[in-house]
Amino acid sequence: MSELLQQLINGLALGAIYALIALGYTMVYGVLRFINFAHSDVFMIGAFAGYFLARVVPGGSIGAGIVILIGAMAVCALLGVVIEKLAYRPLRGRSTLTVLITAIGVSLLLQNVGQRIFGANPRSFPSIFPVHQFHFGGIVLSSTQILVFVVTLVLLFLLRYIVLHTRIGTAMRALSFNPTAASLVGINNDRVISFTFALGSALAAAGGILYASNYPSIDPLMGTLPGMKAFVAAVLGGIGNIAGAAVGGLVLGMVETTVVGFGGSTYRDAVAFAVLILILLLRPEGLLGKRTAEKV
Amino acid sequence: MLLAGCSGSGGGGEAAATIRIGEFASLTGKEATFGTSSHEGTVLAIEELNAAGGLLGKQLELVYEDNRSTPGESLTIAKKLINNDKVVAILGEVASGRSLEVAPFAQQSRIPQISPSSTNPDVTKIGDYIFRVCFIDPFQGKLLSNFAQGTLKAKKIAIFSDVAAPYSVGLAKYFREAWVAGGGEVVSEVKYTGGDKDFKAQLTVIKNAKPDAIMVPGYYTDAGLIVAQARQLGISVPLFGGDGWEAPELIQIAGAENLVGTYYSTHFSPTSTDPLAQKFVTAYKARYNGKVPDAMAALGYDSVLVLADAIKRAGTTDGQKLRDAIAATKDFPGATGLTTLDANRDASKPAVIITVKDGKFEYVETITP
Repeated sequence: MSELLQQLINGLALGAIYALIALGYTMVYGVLRFINFAHSDVFMIGAFAGYFLARVVPGGSIGAGIVILIGAMAVCALLGVVIEKLAYRPLRGRSTLTVLITAIGVSLLLQNVGQRIFGANPRSFPSIFPVHQFHFGGIVLSSTQILVFVVTLVLLFLLRYIVLHTRIGTAMRALSFNPTAASLVGINNDRVISFTFALGSALAAAGGILYASNYPSIDPLMGTLPGMKAFVAAVLGGIGNIAGAAVGGLVLGMVETTVVGFGGSTYRDAVAFAVLILILLLRPEGLLGKRTAEKV
Repeated sequence: MLLAGCSGSGGGGEAAATIRIGEFASLTGKEATFGTSSHEGTVLAIEELNAAGGLLGKQLELVYEDNRSTPGESLTIAKKLINNDKVVAILGEVASGRSLEVAPFAQQSRIPQISPSSTNPDVTKIGDYIFRVCFIDPFQGKLLSNFAQGTLKAKKIAIFSDVAAPYSVGLAKYFREAWVAGGGEVVSEVKYTGGDKDFKAQLTVIKNAKPDAIMVPGYYTDAGLIVAQARQLGISVPLFGGDGWEAPELIQIAGAENLVGTYYSTHFSPTSTDPLAQKFVTAYKARYNGKVPDAMAALGYDSVLVLADAIKRAGTTDGQKLRDAIAATKDFPGATGLTTLDANRDASKPAVIITVKDGKFEYVETITP
């Protein structure tokens, strides 16, 4: 029994990080209808930003941890805006395929520039938040796992609030619905899109920091696999749907942990992608997606 | 590089004023740390031999080139070393893949090649001119089994290996064979894929199997995370692995406090109490501004000493006779202990077990075959 509960906690903690990254995919898709494949590399930059910030800000306390987290989110928000300006804006109005290929190009660029600047060797990520283990009977819960749940929940609700109850959120939804009509009623599309990228990239940075806190070894290619999994999570939950991304992440985390727990560790990634194929075949709109679903 | 002062003389450099030894090494690129260490050990040994009067009345001359850690370079270098520079033997390399690139050509040219630290069994299978001065993985598996049985007094072992690394798969296999043959029990055998970050699901399975110790035959990046996550899950039994664990980054990734009660086997320890090892450490530190030598440096050093010993015994640098002399190496004392080359031209020699105490690597014991 305790083994099952422990696996459940392991799965939820892993899933919460997938959920956080998936939120970024889903948001950009919701507004612009394209998959930002560079998202997973912004996630990597977020982790590295945290790594270098931790050298300036002495970590180990909750306050310092939050400063580093917000600092890294700011760095990546800026990066997101720059990427959008340089790479995607000139292609506005072109076919989605063109933009998609550009996104892959940006992703490769970030990975290789990362290898050039940071080096290809893995670095160890410092503990920026205080670390404790809590024991309940035979079950162990670590403070970093709790942190992941808390940060993911807070950001999820914050995001929902921004999208549903603020002016900029309303503008995002309007743009998503019909860009031409949105600009006709006085919405500055460029600004809204920049904001969307800033927000999505900040989420990626938060994901990067939390991921690195849980698995403290970072390298320039660290984003690829979690990024793919988060993409699967976003599609699983219904891409474009914020709650769907969260649910998709948690489900995927638990599926993976269960597969490994029952001895199929070699099939861990295969199962994650099999889930993607199954969802695309059986329910292409995702678990929470509906044809008339509220889109971001 | 060298002037072609002896061009046309041929005959393995017999007519040259010096004895030329070739070396190809990864001095830049991704394995630069390994290659540089090995090269520094090599240079130190050559300098020491020359200071002591050289060999056969001649000074030694090291002709080396960098392969930038890339495939395809080493063979070109080897051809140049053998055809133009007329070296009597070739030293190299750390990475098994690049040693394998050169081996067929060395074999065909009848020039002995000594790899300091390639552990893949295939390297010396190329031919009877190819040697190595390090132990190989089947041997390491057996040593780790002896260690788990003797020092850890374990009866039940869990094995947690990396399916994506032939090194890990091989070491796990050789360990299991020796362990089961010795009457030990394997209570759990789980796997991961190199580069995974989350190991908690597998470790939860291992925890419930209640092993006395856990064997993790992977590389330090994964092993570090595994150790940290095992401790987080409240697993307090010893964890141990092979020479893939050896890197200063292991301590940073796993955290010093988590590494208490973990062990790995390797070729050499700078804190070893062996007098020859200590002599090497002192000389190396003096030569390289206080830098502490690692296993690669010690093996690079020993590769030269084994070759020099064979040249002395052969009394010539003729390829055939030199080969026979190297093959006859028995209980040769070097920085990494007594080296004996077996019928497969692999070294049979002791391994050292290292643990981590207060954030520093510490010598535990030497395990002999």
